[in-house]
Order: sequence, then C-alpha cells, then structure tokens
Amino acid sequence: MSNINEISEPEVFVVADNILSPLGKTTAENFAKLRQNESGVKQHTDVAISPLPFFASLFDKGETFVKADEHNYTKFEQLLIASIADALNGSGVDVRDKKTVLIISSTKGNISLLENEVVTDELKERVSLSTSAKLVAEHFGFQNQPIVVSNACISGVLGVVIAARLLRSHQYENAVVAGADVISKFIMSGFQSFQALSAGPCKPFDKEHDGLNLGEGAGTIILSTNHKYAQNIKVKGGSVSNDANHISGPSRTGQELAGAIKNALQEANFTPADIDFISAHGTATVYNDEMEANAIAISGLQKAPVNSLKGFYGHTLGAAGLIESIISIQSLKQALVIPTIGFTEAADPEKVNVCAAPLRLKANNFLKTASGFGGCNAAVIFGK
Amino acid sequence: MLTEKYITGFCSINNGIVAKDGINIFAHESDLSGLLLAAYQHLQLTYPKFYKMDNLSKLGWLAAEFLLKDTFNKTEYQPEDIGVILANANSSLDDDVKYWESIKDVASPSLFVYTLPNIVIGEICIRNHFKGEQAFYIQPEFDTQFIAQQVGYLLDKNIMQACICGWVDVFEQDYKAVLFLVEKKKTDKSVVFSAEKMDEIFNKD
Repeated sequence: MSNINEISEPEVFVVADNILSPLGKTTAENFAKLRQNESGVKQHTDVAISPLPFFASLFDKGETFVKADEHNYTKFEQLLIASIADALNGSGVDVRDKKTVLIISSTKGNISLLENEVVTDELKERVSLSTSAKLVAEHFGFQNQPIVVSNACISGVLGVVIAARLLRSHQYENAVVAGADVISKFIMSGFQSFQALSAGPCKPFDKEHDGLNLGEGAGTIILSTNHKYAQNIKVKGGSVSNDANHISGPSRTGQELAGAIKNALQEANFTPADIDFISAHGTATVYNDEMEANAIAISGLQKAPVNSLKGFYGHTLGAAGLIESIISIQSLKQALVIPTIGFTEAADPEKVNVCAAPLRLKANNFLKTASGFGGCNAAVIFGK
Repeated sequence: MLTEKYITGFCSINNGIVAKDGINIFAHESDLSGLLLAAYQHLQLTYPKFYKMDNLSKLGWLAAEFLLKDTFNKTEYQPEDIGVILANANSSLDDDVKYWESIKDVASPSLFVYTLPNIVIGEICIRNHFKGEQAFYIQPEFDTQFIAQQVGYLLDKNIMQACICGWVDVFEQDYKAVLFLVEKKKTDKSVVFSAEKMDEIFNKD
C-alpha cells in the first residue's frame, strides 16, 4: 500500500556507538580485541555469584565506570552512563533537545540489589528500571521521559527497532538506544537451574554446542534522521514476532523468527540476496541454535556467512543485540566479518554457513537476529 | 493515509472486580491468588498451564481471556497480524522476590522463567496463537500517549491488523490490569482509539 505517509518516511542513520565490555571501553577497542581473536569469556571462581567455578565474560570485581560519582549509581547505571557518554562524545547530537529521546534496554537492571536487602518500598523503587532510566536521563539532561523496554533477550534489538520507528514517524529526530545487564547470583542461578550453561567456553552452532556463557556489558547506538549523517550506515528494516509455542523453549520450526526476518527484508525492500552476512543470536544452546538455523534456512539465507559473537562476550542479555549490532556495523565499515569463536564443525551444515575464520568481505548490508524467553524474536537490518 | 482505529473491547481486573466493556462480570473478595483462581474457575476452562503461571501472567492472561471471550473472532486475522503491546511499573518484581526466596533452597526454573515481564505476552500468545509484534515497556505510570502512538503506528503501517495493548502490573497484593482490543473496524460498542479514551477507561476504576 503506497501512500503519502510512506513516501515522507525519513531514513534512519547510525550516528555513533559504543561498546563497554570486559574487552574494552570503546567500539574501537572492542573491535581490535575481536580482530585479535581475544575473548572476554574466562573461568571465574566467585562464590558470591556461583558456588562452583563458571565460564563468563565479567568486568573485574569492584571496577567502577563513572568517575566522581556523587549519586551512588549502581553498576548497571554506571555502565549505561559510561557507554552513552562515550557514544555521545563528538556525535553532534544534543541530548537537551526536545527532539532527542533516550531508550533503555535491559532484562534485569538492578536486580542484584534484591540479593542482600529486605524488600521495602524504598528498595522496590531503587530496583525499578524506571528509576535507573530517570537517573541516567537526568545525568545527561535528556528532556523527554526515557522509554524503557524489557523484553527478555530481544530487548537490545527491539530497542533499535522501536527507535527507528519513532524516528520514521517523526516523533523525534534523534534516539539514543542504550542497553546493559550485570551478572549476579540471581541471573547465574536461574540459568544454572535451567541447565542452560556450558561447563566450558560456549560453542555456537557447533556439533558439540552444549549451553551458553553469560556476560556483562553495555552498548549504545545513536540514531538520527538528520541529513548531516546521510553518508552513515542506516537502519533499513526491523520486525518482531512471537512463537506462540512455549515460554522457555524456542519454536521447533523457526517459522516465526523467519517471519520476522521476512518482514524486516520487506521493510528494507530487500531480497535475501541483499543480505551479505548475518549476526545471529547464536547462544550455543542446542534449542536456540537449531531454531535459528531453521529460520535462516527457511529465509533462503543458508549461503550467507553467519557469526555468533557469544564466544567473545557471552550472552549479555539486554545489551547483546546492541553490542552485536555495533560489531557488525564495524564489519561493514572495515570489510571484515568476525568469526564465531568456539565453532569448529557445524551442527546444521546445510542450514547455516557459519563463519569460522575472519572473513574479508565487502558487505553492504547485514541482518541481526535475536530470540528469547517468552517466545520472542526480533530481526533488524543495517546497511550502507 | 492514517487508518481508522477503534477500541472494540476492554477489560479490567482491579479491586476484586473483573469488568468487560465497563460492565462488572465477576467479583470476588479475597487475596490476589484467591481472586485469580476464582476468575479462572468462573471461565470454566481446562487450561492446566494456568496453574504454573506467576501472578503477573495469571492476571494478564485472565484479562485477555475475558477481553476476547465471545466477542473476538480471531479467524478474521492471520496469527502474524495480531500483536500484544504491554506496560507496567513493577516489571516482574513480584516473581523476582519469590524466585530469590526459592534459591535459598533449590533454585526453581519454573519460578525463574517468570522473572521477565514479557512472559505474560508469551502466555497470551500461546493461548490465542498470536504471532505478531510485541513489546513490554516499563513505565512509572501507564503512558497512554506513548502506547497509543506505538500501536497506532503499527496499525497504520499494516505491520499488524489487531492488537491487545494495555497495563498489567502486580506486586504482592497491589495489582491492576486494563487491556484494550484495538482493531481497524467499527463495531456496535466500539469507540475511536486514542490516548484520551484509554486514560478515561483506565482511570475509571
């Protein structure tokens, strides 16, 4: 259906970004580490998080991210603030402009505060994602009420999709999308109870994949419709779907993620051939990887190089979609697709073309996918 | 061109009362768990998954059941064309606290899975076979302007054709659910979809 509304929809450009992870404090530092094949996933012994040693990508204990903090920001808030501050630096985007909105993506935010305190009204308020979003917004002076999205492991990709839609519909000119999660005993014990964790470094899409590693980090992507960024990479399309199958297990067929990919392609006016590579969710659980392989094959993308970055970062939950999109944006810029660390032999060789070694590729567009508990799926396409 | 959008139904569960389209259909004086169970029994269904849900999912799932019962014909739509867009203030904190209590003994995967607010969307989608757009927002108060804008955009752009949107919030004995069914067609009782109309309905209880 063609109409005035569609014709007047502006393009959405990526202005700037940041990754704050155990591998580095900027996108450049992170990409350099990935080029050197360096992973943040290590074995940790920390009984405050788990009675047994575990593999995860964690910041150093006690590390702080905001200097001269008079506000007692939590680690979660510090990660957001530090990541947003670096992304904004030199971006030319004015956060105090009414045309700029802040979007926060997280699954569990400040949940670790529950671990050592009795639940009072005050604690309830402090744990709330709205409180963190307000503190972060006030720190920078954002004028609009921040938008908080908490939709399991698709939160980061969903944040980008929501931002792009808000900008296309002229609600705002600029959107700062930031996601973060912190790993504590609450989250670790839950994934352990699900027996979803690998005993060693995870092996996405590999025959031997046996579970995921958790990771902490933050990512920020700043988007704008302002034409001064017209030479930048764009958000081409995005879509969200639900499996309507099971709350803690993905679709058996992958049909619903494939549906989200199809809609994202359609919004971008693309055919599958336009997708040069895929940054998959690739958690390295058997269920996730199989479902994703099915969805990729159904979508006619079985030849497209696929990577999962979970071997470098672990599963960073609400930050994952942002961090992995940002690395892939660098891959577009530097014509280098990062390999899937931990992968050797494909579990589903006919369905996915897993990128096992650094790949020199002059790519124009990539697809980023994510899926999570509650049966949610999201797909977003970035391109030149 | 903008599409005409209507609230073709709404349902609230608040203060011990389940109401549909502004008419009380069920009341039960007890604690929240008692109310949820009684409301479920009132529906006379066999849906064993209900018993496994946390209170947030039970509340949202029940509100959706009452909202859709007898009046929504889902065969008019493709599963991919029906979305669920929800918000609340307390995320999954009610279940978070229960899960954290459980881990002192043995961490319970069945409690852990509900430590995400969007699981209620999953439960509604599983029950009704909805496969479209979804999002769960955390807001200090129900931001009807924002939800109306989001839902309006998705309908205008034909990204979805029908949507359940609204507020589902639980913490201990404090709870409130108000869900709206938004479609592109007029019905006898429908009202034009707007933030103001949602506010009016939301604040009535």
